[in-house]
Amino acid sequence: MSLRIVVCVKFVPDASGDRGFADDLTVDREGVDGLLSELDEYAVEQALQIAGGVEGCEVTVVTVGPGDAKDALRKALSMGADKAVHVEDEALHGSDVMGTSLVLARVVERAGFDLVIAGMASTDGTMGVLPAVLAERLGVPQVTLLSRVKVEGGVVSGRRDGDSASEEVEASLPAVVSVTDQSGEARYPSFKGIMAAKKKPVDSLDLRDLELDAAEVGLAGAWTAVDSAVKRPARTAGTVVKDEGEGGRQLAEYLATQKFI
Amino acid sequence: MAEVVVYVDHVGGAVRKPTLELLTLARRLGDPVAVALGEGAAETAGVLAEHGAVRVLTAQAPEFADYLVVPKVDALHAACQSLAQPPAAVLVPSSAEGKEIAARLAVRTGSGIITDAIDIEAGDLGPVATQAAFAASYTTKSRITHGIPVITVKANSAPVQPAPAPGTVETLTVTFTPAATGTRIVSRTPRQSTGRPELTEAAIVVSGGRGVNGAENFAVIEALADSLGAAVGASRAAVDAGWYPHTNQVGQTGKSVSPQLYIASGISGAIQHRAGMQTSKTIIAVNKDPEAPIFDLADYGIIGDLHTVLPQLTQEVHTRKN
Repeated sequence: MSLRIVVCVKFVPDASGDRGFADDLTVDREGVDGLLSELDEYAVEQALQIAGGVEGCEVTVVTVGPGDAKDALRKALSMGADKAVHVEDEALHGSDVMGTSLVLARVVERAGFDLVIAGMASTDGTMGVLPAVLAERLGVPQVTLLSRVKVEGGVVSGRRDGDSASEEVEASLPAVVSVTDQSGEARYPSFKGIMAAKKKPVDSLDLRDLELDAAEVGLAGAWTAVDSAVKRPARTAGTVVKDEGEGGRQLAEYLATQKFI
Repeated sequence: MAEVVVYVDHVGGAVRKPTLELLTLARRLGDPVAVALGEGAAETAGVLAEHGAVRVLTAQAPEFADYLVVPKVDALHAACQSLAQPPAAVLVPSSAEGKEIAARLAVRTGSGIITDAIDIEAGDLGPVATQAAFAASYTTKSRITHGIPVITVKANSAPVQPAPAPGTVETLTVTFTPAATGTRIVSRTPRQSTGRPELTEAAIVVSGGRGVNGAENFAVIEALADSLGAAVGASRAAVDAGWYPHTNQVGQTGKSVSPQLYIASGISGAIQHRAGMQTSKTIIAVNKDPEAPIFDLADYGIIGDLHTVLPQLTQEVHTRKN
């Protein structure tokens, strides 16, 4: 049995940098170095684990983003993915989740898939809805926010830890899956993996290749508009005291003056 | 007046607090029409009416409990279509499931979506949503420019306000799409109640991190939490170490909380944690390391060992309360 897995990944500004907005109120992708979104590493990891048990399985990583976004693909390839697709087009700048998902759905359909795997959310936008949107667009089941995932006999199953219950869920392939950071530590690329990644194919596509209209994507085609983005004043540090044996009581006194007790 | 659809998060008819907060926000935009699904749906009507629901649309079907997300999308879509005119907005609580329901509804109705709003105001061009971005270091204001404004709202974003309304119960007719039965829920294990408040809804949260140093030591955190009627949180380091369940994780990949009071104990304050608690009204830090970045955020900090400071504080809280 062969299995075609497509992993959707995102190139995001490093969360440890000073992230901000550009003049057009889109995410500033110039000021801070980018990298493969940490939460997408879990998706790559699960794809590789599933692929490891299946003869003739192929893992393709896909990203939509500017030139630098190739770095995210390289990382995934060095972890062990087989090939990559990079969608790059100036008209994509400023796309919202609806625009991005439209492009991803088209790429995935074109590539052919049994399983699409994504992370639980991006670390920049943090919406966490793209997998559900993709499933809706592709017309296949969504099996999302899994902390454990298994593929067997054409069925994907796993555990979804919700707020009020933990659920065991399953669906027939093809399907869209997303995995959480509880799904298992992602592997580090080996030196061999890094060298091998340099030779793996990266297919570059633009909107014309995907037969998409520029008006449907990008800032102009977005269905949401950001009117303002204001840096919050940094929280100012308050009183800090060293515990000399009365720390707990001092804290109680503070809480009492603030009317918490 | 235009109607605003509010998705009701309830457990067997008991409405969860974030839904009541949504009604406060919905009333700024129009007449709230609540949509309650599944077992106990009709029993939600009383409390929804007290908080401003003009109508309560209910639907019962086994699909809501047996299949993931899509049956609820079908129902919410049916609710939107049943209105005389498109709703002024659809508001959904920002739970993991709520966001997925909202997002699929948005695709279906050709609408933009805004997630994790912390405030909503009426505007000339439709609802204006406030969000916190980049680990709450920015505040943004956004609108939906296409279709129905579909907005998910974080807990604790608005006060719960009594606003008596008719709350007329009507049965919603739902025709499920073929996709509705795509993902089967094979089994469900309800989370055991700790008797403590829900983490995202609590007014006070006491969290422990690496400094707690062991699962058994979380008893110190729990004791303080119980003296204050607080929820218990944990940093990613504590969760990864296996000391406390992931459901209690505060931070980027856990829960995002915004309580009146947040007590960070033995937590250094890495960006991943700050992302989940930075918007708390008052922040207290207890940490042995005077250089811990958490002190930069704290309104009041104690440099000291949480294992001596917290029990003393707990004792003092009990003394003062009696």
